[in-house]
Amino acid sequence: MSLPRRKFDTLIIGAGGGGLRAALQLSQAEARVAVVSKVFPTRSHTVAAQGGVNAALANVLPDNWHWHMFDTVKGSDYLGDQDAIEYMCRAAPRVVYELEHMGVPFSRLDNGKIYQRAFGGQSRNFGGDQAARTCAAADRTGHAILHSLYQQNIRARTHFFDEFFAIDLLRDPEGNVLGALVLEIATGEPLVIEAKTVLLATGGAGQLFRTNTNALINTGDGMAMALRAGIPLQDMEFFQFHPTGIAGKGMLITEGVRGEGGYLLNGEGERFMERYAPKAKDLASRDVVSRAIYTEVREGRGCGPDKDHVLLKLDHLGVDVVAKRLPGIRETVKTFLYLDPAETPIPVYPTAHYTMGGIPTNRHGQVVVPEHNGPEEPVLGLYAAGECACVSVHGANRLGGNSLLDILVFGRAAANHIIGELKQNRYHRPMNDDSVDQAMARLSRWDRRDGSETVDGLKRELQTVMEQHCGVFRNEEILKEGVAKVVELEARMQGAYIKDHSKVFNTARIEALELENLMDIALATVCSALERRESRGAHSRVDHPERDDVHWMRHSLFHKDGRRMDYKPVRIKPISVEPFPPKKRVY
Amino acid sequence: MGAATEINRLRWQCRRGMRELDLLLLQFLDSGYADLDANATLAFNRLLDCPDALLLEWLLGRQLPSDKEVADVVQRIRRRPAA
Ligand SMILES: Cc1cc2nc3c(=O)[nH]c(=O)nc-3n(C[C@H](O)[C@H](O)[C@H](O)COP(=O)(O)OP(=O)(O)OC[C@H]3O[C@@H](n4cnc5c(N)ncnc54)[C@H](O)[C@@H]3O)c2cc1C
Repeated sequence: MSLPRRKFDTLIIGAGGGGLRAALQLSQAEARVAVVSKVFPTRSHTVAAQGGVNAALANVLPDNWHWHMFDTVKGSDYLGDQDAIEYMCRAAPRVVYELEHMGVPFSRLDNGKIYQRAFGGQSRNFGGDQAARTCAAADRTGHAILHSLYQQNIRARTHFFDEFFAIDLLRDPEGNVLGALVLEIATGEPLVIEAKTVLLATGGAGQLFRTNTNALINTGDGMAMALRAGIPLQDMEFFQFHPTGIAGKGMLITEGVRGEGGYLLNGEGERFMERYAPKAKDLASRDVVSRAIYTEVREGRGCGPDKDHVLLKLDHLGVDVVAKRLPGIRETVKTFLYLDPAETPIPVYPTAHYTMGGIPTNRHGQVVVPEHNGPEEPVLGLYAAGECACVSVHGANRLGGNSLLDILVFGRAAANHIIGELKQNRYHRPMNDDSVDQAMARLSRWDRRDGSETVDGLKRELQTVMEQHCGVFRNEEILKEGVAKVVELEARMQGAYIKDHSKVFNTARIEALELENLMDIALATVCSALERRESRGAHSRVDHPERDDVHWMRHSLFHKDGRRMDYKPVRIKPISVEPFPPKKRVY
Repeated sequence: MGAATEINRLRWQCRRGMRELDLLLLQFLDSGYADLDANATLAFNRLLDCPDALLLEWLLGRQLPSDKEVADVVQRIRRRPAA
């Protein structure tokens, strides 16, 4: 079949902060760049980031990149790659100043310097007093970054394909990446985009779980595309959960509520955190609180008619305190639950927040896979950056404010490497029609008009299975059942169909393609979690409660083919400084 | 464009960068949109053209849009749906 084709030097899939930072660098270097995004670029999930971006500017308190590096290595529970972490922390001030020059309106101190707030996990002097490292543009940092980058890209003549859905990567038999098959959502027409280099910047996969903080677009499409192209996914068992999301809806209720004196109650009216963390109680670390809530609900002490959540009580603080110190939370709860938290406790449950794992890359953004010569051979022409990638700077646990930093630093680094690559490879490789046919088959599979399963129904079941079997509470038995259930759902997906076969804005078809992506990633996540028999960072196994550096200080790699696990060492050697050896992570 | 196609188009415009917006807008599209008259329908379209950060301010009730028709639509979206 002959499809319309377009040719560019570089194709970037994803227009969040990661994709746009890379695109700008490339367009300014005179490369011909196409950016494909399934939603209008400034509706990318980066817009949701409110807290800010970390950089050791030392504007408020003394600071330096080496302390930032220490905190990030420790925060990662020693699974982060120390060369990539050093690179990121050293580059941080520069990317923040670049944003400032592009017009991001950072909040300022009286002396005109960028204001910096204190966030969890930030220390001075390698684990000493609290540092203040997070730069913010009021509570709209992500929005401000995304809009500035978009404007700069328009000026630099980046070519945008807005509301185009990427279906699959195109490769030749030697494994070179040739471009991607994309679908114009408005017309339903497929298009082949040929490129000498492709960058995946498709963001995270929060939609894997029933209760999550993510936008609906976060279905991990790029990760699934990589898996189908034969590339393994790294460290997928590490998913960050936040203990207090609005039950059944997922939106985040910040730790600030508990900081102001709010506390959790179970169905028997008991302040149960006293049992799990007698000292820190409701302010214990995120994973401890999340597990406690899960355990209460599982053991029948939940609240509500279905006993499926607990309550976050703050009405004792008084209307004045709630209105003054927690206005954002009050509005969110009123809007979604039609209740006033100053009078009635909030139903909460742990909520999935951030995908630490992803497509394995080195610190130049090159996608790397195990090959005959070593564990990390670059896949020619293919790059990944942002939440879809695993470089890995977050290891087993991401620190607040480090994700915006990650997408900017490695979006930029990938672009710089691509610029060098484009100088060496001046021509497009010949297109491989078999690869196009294969990608088209994914599309035509949804042309069938009958079946036994619906996309919506399967998605809901998948999200529930992942929450129950691969959530905050994990052990051998629960995970084994989880693998079996996801495998069964995957088989049932063969019988799924959609009712709408129109072409124009057929959102049912897009949702079907997203479901397939989620299914692939769910398997990667639950299989990786089953095999990792230790507790580290966000992955906590009640049957293996300790971190085991002897056997498990290594990255997991999940291959789709045969659902095979593979492992590679953590890069513990930084670029210019001494390594930080693993220590027990206490705060 | 037929009515079904128009709903499909709007469904995609309701896909935003924040979960809060996704939930409010899609719920309204399914339960309140059909009751809008021609002018309010246009206002809903104008609303969807606004940036996410502004939508959040409006839909959480922190601010009201100055465009009165858009403000009316915002009020409708914020109204509690019949159980
Ligand atoms: C509520 C919330 C608050 C947060 N706050 C902070 C914070 O304060 N500080 C911080 O550092 N981090 C924060 N994070 C995390 C951070 O926002 C994200 O990790 C980061 O923005 C991801 O950026 P990205 O560029 O990788 O992807 P995204 O911004 O998610 O963009 C992905 C892009 O890929 C496109 N795409 C995806 N699939 C396809 C496809 N199949 N075809 C075409 N296009 C596709 C999308 O359209 C989009 O343009 C927060 C996260 C959440 C959920």
